[in-house]
Amino acid sequence: MNGGDDIGNEDGQLLLTELERDALTEVINIGVSRAAKNLSRMVKDQVHLSVPRTEIMTRDRAVEWLSRRENSSLVAVGQDFRGSFSGQALLIFPQKTSLELVRSILDDTLSLEEIVDLEQEALAEIGNVVLNGCLVVMANMLKESLNMSLPRVMRGSSQVVLLGADEEDPGEMVLFLTIDFAVRARSINGYIALLMDLPSITAIKTLIRRYLRGLEET
Amino acid sequence: MTRTVLVVDDSKLARMVVKSILSKTRADWRVVEAAGPTEALDLLGREAADIALIDFNMPEHDGLWLAAEIRAGNTDMPIAILSANAQDAILAKARELDAAFVEKPLSEEALAAFLSGAALKLRRAGK
Repeated sequence: MNGGDDIGNEDGQLLLTELERDALTEVINIGVSRAAKNLSRMVKDQVHLSVPRTEIMTRDRAVEWLSRRENSSLVAVGQDFRGSFSGQALLIFPQKTSLELVRSILDDTLSLEEIVDLEQEALAEIGNVVLNGCLVVMANMLKESLNMSLPRVMRGSSQVVLLGADEEDPGEMVLFLTIDFAVRARSINGYIALLMDLPSITAIKTLIRRYLRGLEET
Repeated sequence: MTRTVLVVDDSKLARMVVKSILSKTRADWRVVEAAGPTEALDLLGREAADIALIDFNMPEHDGLWLAAEIRAGNTDMPIAILSANAQDAILAKARELDAAFVEKPLSEEALAAFLSGAALKLRRAGK
């Protein structure tokens, strides 16, 4: 899950070397792939994943990127993680596919009213399974423990979803990683996204170097 | 007997992990690498490999596509798909292609077990 040049911030300062970015992307890719397996069991259909995209950009640019791809209202399940590296993991999809996603994991015999009633809870559960699955694999591979918040469901524009109610600084540089997912049989599509701030990137750089050293020493 | 293992993964890290396990468990085997399906097919056009270890999620074509391409010209080559994406549909497609599935993150035990089976299969096929 790699390719391209080294990535850096807007001043051109390199933050991750090509191999470090490759390693980070592969670790996250393994996590997301494991999460896709969990999601696939829940929706009883194959979940297709794209290869991950990793970029360092401002939160504003991340919002712009998502708005260009999805101009309708969005639903997102978000989970914060804290440890030697911290950030936010998100499962994002267009509002119009939210009910179909919920329907796919619930009993077929439920009425639309019952499904609407359960929507919030079911979305949080889907988010929990997918995002936890991804973060646990990442933490284990890097031999770090992460504390994860409870999932929260957000609705609105890409700004609401990515900047959150806390109104994070839109100019802050973050590592923004996204993977498209789709359950084609049910016309469900969405994104798994990870946002990490610069101190976390520095921390993860150290962990990845340790991980790579471990491989070289064997 | 020395074997040549083709490792196909777009992640250099993932290829490093495979090579590190191979150097511990099959130090005398040769490893050839490709960063994607097209490069792998080009490489196989130039030199022979006995065993293929293929990542699933790659740009352009996925690992099952490559496994099918290899299988079309070689019915005996032991092939393993390496991925954390162990969805039933993907496992079923791997089985159809007579390819094993080894879950990432890779463990030495899981990969070594596949390689032992692969070596046995090649010997039985008189290769």
